[in-house]
Amino acid sequence: MLMIIEALNRKLLRDLWNIKGQMLAIVMVMACGITTFIMSFGVLDSLKLSRAVYYDRYQFADVFAQLKRAPVAIRQQVLDIPGVSAVETRVVFGVTVQVDGMTEPASGKLISLPDGRKPLLNNLYLRSGRMLLPDEAGAILSSEAFANAHGFTLGDRVSMVINGHKRSLEIVGIVLSPEYVYSLAPGGMFPDDKRFGVFWMSQRVLEAAVDMDGAFNDIAVRMDRGGNVENIKEELDIVLKPYGGLIAYARKNQMSHWFVQNELNQLRVMGFFAPAIFLGVAAFLINVVMTRQVATQRVQIGMLKAVGYSNLEIALHYLKMVLVVVVMGSIFGIVGGIWLGAGMINIYTEFFHFPILQFSFSVEVMIFAVFFCSIAAVTGTLVAIGQAAKLPPAEAMRPANPIQFRRTLLERMGLEKYFSHLTRIVIRHLERRPVRALFSTLAIGLSMSILIFAFFMEDSINYMLEVQFDMAQRQDISIGFVEPRAISTLEEIRLMPGVMSVEPLRSVAVFLKSGHYSKRSTIMGIRPKPDLNRILDQNLVAAEVPARGLALSSKLAEILHVKKGDVITVEILEDRRPVLRIRVAEIVEEFIGLSAFMDMDQLNRALNESTVITGASLMVDPLWNGPLYQKIKEIPAIASMTIMQKAREIFKDMMSENILKLVAMNIIFASLISFGVIYNTARIALSERGRELASLRVLGLTKGEVAYLLFGEMAVIILMAIPIGLFTGYLMAYGLAQHMDTELFRIPVVIEKSTYGLSVIIVVVSAALSFYLVWRQVENIDLVTAQKGIE
Amino acid sequence: MARNNGLDDNITFRTDRLTKDYVTGETIVQALRGVTLEIPRGDMVVLLGPSGSGKSTFLNIIGGLDSPSSGEVYFKKDRLSDYSEQQLTLFRRHNVGFIFQSYNLVPSLTALENVALVTDIALDPISPMAAMEAVNLGNRARHFPSQLSGGEQQRVAIARAIAKRPEVLLCDEPTGALDSETGIVVLKALQRVNKEFGTTTIIITHNAAIADMADRVIFFGDGQVINVKLNENPCPPEEISW
Ligand SMILES: Nc1ncnc2c1ncn2[C@@H]1O[C@H](COP(=O)(O)OP(=O)(O)OP(=O)(O)O)[C@@H](O)[C@H]1O
Ligand SMILES: [Mg+2]
Repeated sequence: MLMIIEALNRKLLRDLWNIKGQMLAIVMVMACGITTFIMSFGVLDSLKLSRAVYYDRYQFADVFAQLKRAPVAIRQQVLDIPGVSAVETRVVFGVTVQVDGMTEPASGKLISLPDGRKPLLNNLYLRSGRMLLPDEAGAILSSEAFANAHGFTLGDRVSMVINGHKRSLEIVGIVLSPEYVYSLAPGGMFPDDKRFGVFWMSQRVLEAAVDMDGAFNDIAVRMDRGGNVENIKEELDIVLKPYGGLIAYARKNQMSHWFVQNELNQLRVMGFFAPAIFLGVAAFLINVVMTRQVATQRVQIGMLKAVGYSNLEIALHYLKMVLVVVVMGSIFGIVGGIWLGAGMINIYTEFFHFPILQFSFSVEVMIFAVFFCSIAAVTGTLVAIGQAAKLPPAEAMRPANPIQFRRTLLERMGLEKYFSHLTRIVIRHLERRPVRALFSTLAIGLSMSILIFAFFMEDSINYMLEVQFDMAQRQDISIGFVEPRAISTLEEIRLMPGVMSVEPLRSVAVFLKSGHYSKRSTIMGIRPKPDLNRILDQNLVAAEVPARGLALSSKLAEILHVKKGDVITVEILEDRRPVLRIRVAEIVEEFIGLSAFMDMDQLNRALNESTVITGASLMVDPLWNGPLYQKIKEIPAIASMTIMQKAREIFKDMMSENILKLVAMNIIFASLISFGVIYNTARIALSERGRELASLRVLGLTKGEVAYLLFGEMAVIILMAIPIGLFTGYLMAYGLAQHMDTELFRIPVVIEKSTYGLSVIIVVVSAALSFYLVWRQVENIDLVTAQKGIE
Repeated sequence: MARNNGLDDNITFRTDRLTKDYVTGETIVQALRGVTLEIPRGDMVVLLGPSGSGKSTFLNIIGGLDSPSSGEVYFKKDRLSDYSEQQLTLFRRHNVGFIFQSYNLVPSLTALENVALVTDIALDPISPMAAMEAVNLGNRARHFPSQLSGGEQQRVAIARAIAKRPEVLLCDEPTGALDSETGIVVLKALQRVNKEFGTTTIIITHNAAIADMADRVIFFGDGQVINVKLNENPCPPEEISW
């Protein structure tokens, strides 16, 4: 018995060697599925874990609020609010930073650090250097991102304009803060570490510099376990109201956290969607392929049964074959997943500033991925073995027993005379095994749809950028003032070098409410017919700003559950905090951000102010960029400047750093899967029909004619698969767009014709390559051996 | 033996010191060790010999399915060993009809279509139906192979081989899988083709009795021709005792 089992094992090895090409293709498909799965979930888990540890160790606050100015003494009042366990008050001040060699100005945020003790909340992680000494003047701590972006090291000096006075400060420490995992300049759209930095300074030194002795303008609160965020926010607002307090907000609305959370949500969708599809497709393919692989061994299964092997022994024999594939696929998949995951994490460290970010993945995810693929392979095998085992051994063993064929529908319709005999063979094969043809079609179609899905991401992002920067925000530069200024400022700007046109902007932070839905937002007061900073209607056509009422972006309308014509409550987060009721006059489209728009004059009137502006949009002559930037840098009233071209580049970089890399990987994997499927289908067809093809060669048919028989069937399947692939690809893209509909940005379902074209080309090239590889096998068909009746 | 470089029109095949070695790993099997033979046009030839003596190897080489290790093969005036892959295909397509122990019909084509598959590409074929009738299967023309018995399938294979009116018919144990009665029907069909079309026919068999119907019997042994026997009075297949 032992001898025979050994013989069987040797057969296993030889069989595997004979079909190594196919096995490799299955291993590849499986590895791709497992790799994306482990990578994506690993990245997600790693980010979540790093964030949780960071927040916890460095006491990231739960509730935040900004205000005009309050005496430090009211700290006790805040501590008395039920649920509050710790309070930290600070002075936070916007500054202009001048860096040698940079033409455009950078902006910064200067935050006070308590003298002689650690902050209770939002503690700093010291990367290098030292913390500040009590009352240390002339020294600051710099955020790591800003220091890295400029290559600053300890001891370097930075010039800042603080409250109108220029000061040179020495960087004594480089730090990271849980508040600035993702750092965005006020009013900025994307992180730009070169043009925005965060700095920390001794509290008493900063208080003195900005006339805030014994006062604060920023507060952070930590609540104890039983605390209720809503209550704390409400109470805090009441305490701070007399001091010009703006609406308090919870951690979930804290800028950095919100962006990180958004990215995690995105990653969860992207990282789940694509891998789930990949893994599903891979499992499906493994199932189909294994079924067919075992089916080709029908005769041998009959023989094994005939000589007395039990069904169980036979099943185990073939399961070993599957095991080899599963083990190899899993190893490659896991190694690939870890390797790529670590690479992805590296990318994230560039714009998420964690003290430590390391790739880790959960064993559960790995087990799930491996298990899922294995189950698919094993069931496929068992089904095929079951079918073969059902046959009486004698029948399974008769190789000469021709498979049953019948006239096809086409022929029963009397159309056969239009087909050559070779074509009839092709048609009858397709009709005889419609389910199999359908499965092959689906498999190829699905692999094509993941291609479309992968390409679609890039198409949509490009489209989103085009809409945002070519249609909506057409200005070259946006500038923001420290304080609202008279409209006449516009004339001064117009006279600056290179300025071709200027548009005013009055933006105001607001709190929008409708029923029990609410959202913090910004109302942008603009001209009725803006030329630069435009709004787009739902068909993405430039629209006029309504003369009365608000234009809400569609996502904002969705969040507030309002429609055109509804009246909403608008609490202005400035000065006396007036509360207004304004009608929603228009719903507009915006892929990035969450804004509300209003006619500027109307806004000024509603705020009971003269015609004042808080910023401007400029169109400039690029030849004058240098002098213009220099000029802007010198004006202390200008707090921020966004160069749209730079913003666009940064966004593109950011996208190409993460999403597009993911996309490129998906494209490679999808191509591999397409190829694997097609190659396998062709190989199996060859092994099933090698004998028939050889006897046709003996009859004098040319290799070309024989190839037509083999590939004709495949060609039909591929032709049918293409429309299915195009359609399911669109559906997947649509599904993803629905899931990616976040507050940060919306993804339009845009699929370029070139995406469809490229997907088709990849499938066709995969087919051509598979055909070529199989063709070489056809060339090597040994006419003599085939006649001996050996499969 | 006349040495006229195969220019004699009455010789269909001529081989000269034909050898074939199979190299498998360390060992070399000499399947043919110098076979020199002439097969005249229109002859009905039977090859006899013990298992492993090289009969199939010889048939495969003269049929253009395999190439010799050394020696020459002439088909009429042409040296087969000079043929390219493409020419060999055309040679098989137009001049040779093969019949094997396994029938090798295309399962997805009906009997008639299996024959038509060959007549489609032949130069001067008879009609597929005529070929089917020649093997007495006119009434089974529209059946698929799976609907035919073994003997019927073998006769379809014969119909397929003769339909292109090949110059030679090469049969490797055509009756090997058949009972005596069916075997006789198949042999009769072969003999009829040989007589009616003058097709040179070579049959490999293990049944020495079949040799009685041949014009010429060639005995193989250990990769060599041991003996060639001419038969003055071939008997009809019915009289063969199995
Ligand atoms: N592909 C091959 N590789 C190695 N040896 C081979 C191969 N084909 C045939 N042989 C060897 O060549 C010799 C002749 O084989 P061949 O098939 O011609 O014999 P045969 O006379 O037709 O026998 P049988 O009557 O059993 O069919 C045998 O010893 C066989 O083992
Ligand atoms: Mg033989």
